[in-house]
Amino acid sequence: MTEPLLEASGVVKRYGSVTALRDASLSIRPGEIHALMGANGAGKSTFVKVLTGAVRPDAGTILLRGQRREAHSPAEARRSGMVSVYQEPAILPDLTVLENLVLTETPVDAFRTHLEGLGIRNLDLRAHARTLPLATLRIIDLARAMAIEPDVLLLDEMTAALPADLTAGVLEAVAAQRGTAGSVIFISHRMLEVAGLCDRATVLRDGSTVGVVDVAPGAEQEIVDLMLGPSADGEKRRAPDATSGPTATAASDATPRLSARNLAAGRNLADVSFDLHAGEVLGLVALEGQGQDELFDVLSGQTRPGSGEMLVDGSPVRFGHPSDAIHAGIVLVPADRSSALLMQRPVRENVALPRLAAFRRWGLIDMGEERERVGSAIDRLQIDTRAQAEVQRLSGGNQQKVTIARWLGSGVRTFLFYDPTRGIDIRTKAEIYDLVRELAAAGAAVLLLTSELEEIQRVCDRAIVIFGGRVVDEMAAGVADEPALLRAAHGLQSATAGDTSGTAS
Amino acid sequence: MTGSATAVEPRGGPLVVARVWLRDRPLVPLLLLLAGLVALLEVVQPGIVSVNWVASTMRFAIPLAILAACQTMTMLTGGIDLSVAVVASMSAYVMATTQSDIGWLAASLVALVPAGVVGLVNGIGVGLFRVHPLIMTISMSLVVSGAVNVYARSNITGGTRVPSEITDLGGQSLLGFLPNSLIVFIPLAALILVALRRSGYGRLLYAVGDNEVASRLAGVRVGRVLVVLYLISGLLAGFAGLIYAGVIGSATGRLVDPFLLPSVAAAVIGGTSIFGGRGGYAGSIVGALILTVLVTFLNVMQAPEAVRQILFGAIILAVAATYTRITEGS
Repeated sequence: MTEPLLEASGVVKRYGSVTALRDASLSIRPGEIHALMGANGAGKSTFVKVLTGAVRPDAGTILLRGQRREAHSPAEARRSGMVSVYQEPAILPDLTVLENLVLTETPVDAFRTHLEGLGIRNLDLRAHARTLPLATLRIIDLARAMAIEPDVLLLDEMTAALPADLTAGVLEAVAAQRGTAGSVIFISHRMLEVAGLCDRATVLRDGSTVGVVDVAPGAEQEIVDLMLGPSADGEKRRAPDATSGPTATAASDATPRLSARNLAAGRNLADVSFDLHAGEVLGLVALEGQGQDELFDVLSGQTRPGSGEMLVDGSPVRFGHPSDAIHAGIVLVPADRSSALLMQRPVRENVALPRLAAFRRWGLIDMGEERERVGSAIDRLQIDTRAQAEVQRLSGGNQQKVTIARWLGSGVRTFLFYDPTRGIDIRTKAEIYDLVRELAAAGAAVLLLTSELEEIQRVCDRAIVIFGGRVVDEMAAGVADEPALLRAAHGLQSATAGDTSGTAS
Repeated sequence: MTGSATAVEPRGGPLVVARVWLRDRPLVPLLLLLAGLVALLEVVQPGIVSVNWVASTMRFAIPLAILAACQTMTMLTGGIDLSVAVVASMSAYVMATTQSDIGWLAASLVALVPAGVVGLVNGIGVGLFRVHPLIMTISMSLVVSGAVNVYARSNITGGTRVPSEITDLGGQSLLGFLPNSLIVFIPLAALILVALRRSGYGRLLYAVGDNEVASRLAGVRVGRVLVVLYLISGLLAGFAGLIYAGVIGSATGRLVDPFLLPSVAAAVIGGTSIFGGRGGYAGSIVGALILTVLVTFLNVMQAPEAVRQILFGAIILAVAATYTRITEGS
């Protein structure tokens, strides 16, 4: 066996008390295309940052051609022969393409050759980068990286949200690297691409490398199993039980509270349809950047859809502002509390805010009534208000409760939760799960996006999976275990798969 | 503080305790500063502090305090209104040139119309077209000064005079040390104080300044809030101009222009953050008083104009910096 081109071993990285990487390792042979896989939070992006020199590890060694590499910046890593291309192209928008090339000392002729190989011909190098479409810029970024002929080319989600023809060009060009002197580290959520392109795959879980798989037919299952780890079925609790089951089934005959019909918006949201019923918690699972952000923006009235329509109780609605959505009884609880709360204001004002938005409430506030109403919401959610002078002094869990408390008792009938338990302690998480179930039991319709797959079975009645801007799967919570969700989220067909005709094949 | 032991809350010397106490009572240091300045003035010029002096100080401080209200409210949303001084000058001048034809009351109301229009244009620019408030209001103040010049040239024959009703209101003190303009200022200030603390609209000003994205998500139509805000600011500025014309007893097209920096300074000294979300009107009123006393103080020192300007600017900077450290110390 030949000596590895790049070898990382025992890499540890801590951020404060959080250990992002425990024992990550990777070994790349010359001329190989190597996939780096891991579920959300496995430490993949931290590992990439360590490999590219953007982050310095706390322990571990990185050897390049057997030599210890000491890169303290992406620029140094680049000089030592390692170039990375990310989903967001590293191109200065105010310079021309040529100026961007000169800036990175890229040979222009080689760049042109690679660019044409990738499917872009007759590009005017004097065009300002900002005038070019994003997809083109990403291809330029890749061609620029290939023109330098690096020893190791690291591609992070290179094909995400690229048009099909350019994706094909990229995959072809990457495949052409096989057997040359250089190697490729390929990171993708798309299992099919990995299966079709890569020689081996290194799988990360909980900050450690848990296995290296030779990619061959059937390897997808092995990779998914490694990503999931030993099953923890014993601990699972199935929340939707007798109390919610009947409501959910009965509701499916009625007019849906909220319907999405072929919604499309921005670059990522292509065509999403679903029905959300009263009394139901509908889970939504998607890997990063599959259009879920745009979907929530559209549903909550922050942006208008490019096409498609929304129905509330069977009637079409158009939202030009979040207040339109609120009037229709639809509210968003975002993951990022800093975009929902007035951090310098007291709990009481934060809870009371939506009520004051209407013009007819611009006048004097009935302080007694407000204190009472806010007080009961705070009691109901058991918000710890010891530090209530400023919301920013509350814990993350209590902040999240404040963002929910403001909508209680305000006639809201549809809740859009975007990853509501992100960064919240376990106890508060459980309280929020209970609250979500309570809301549904009281007749609310809940759409819950989550990045923690076990939440689907704990809280939801049903789950949909979005991939590439489309709904690729829908399953009852009973069968929506982590392997099934993860497979669907990676664009792999499952036994119960619905309509996947739209996905790029 | 000394870093010798583990940090527990009640630890720290008396200095820390004092800072915490002051942080919760932001008006105290301002009132102390005001009292100190008055005492210093009496030391430098014995006998100056009298009933008449108090009345005259308040007369000058009231128009400044009204202009500071414009800055306080716009700054609470993270904005600013740099057109207030020229708008005030414009209203004073329009009133003084039209009163001979239509009487003092009608002239005063007519004078508020262009002030409201300028405020509305500012509001539409800032609130709906998302022009930065600094750019929007500075540009508008240029437009307004130009328009006043054009108006002045077309009005050469008319002449200006401030009617006695206005000078009585702005420049007289019938009840000893209480100037007549308190009759309008006290209800106005009370209205602003209550509105900021107890009205839905006041809360929205703080909300928009604290987090515009969050306000929008909570259903607040931020654009509307801002249009109304700058309209109010324009009207208040015009009103301040009328009062100030009464204080001085005459009006030119540039009468109130020098009040621009003091109006911002009064709000900043008073503890309102230019980044939005923090502050209130009570501090701005004390800030206006402090600045007015400071001007008297510099006048009494009989320093040349240039030196007075340098000192004025430097002292405002020092006070604002110190006060911010006291009240926002962590």
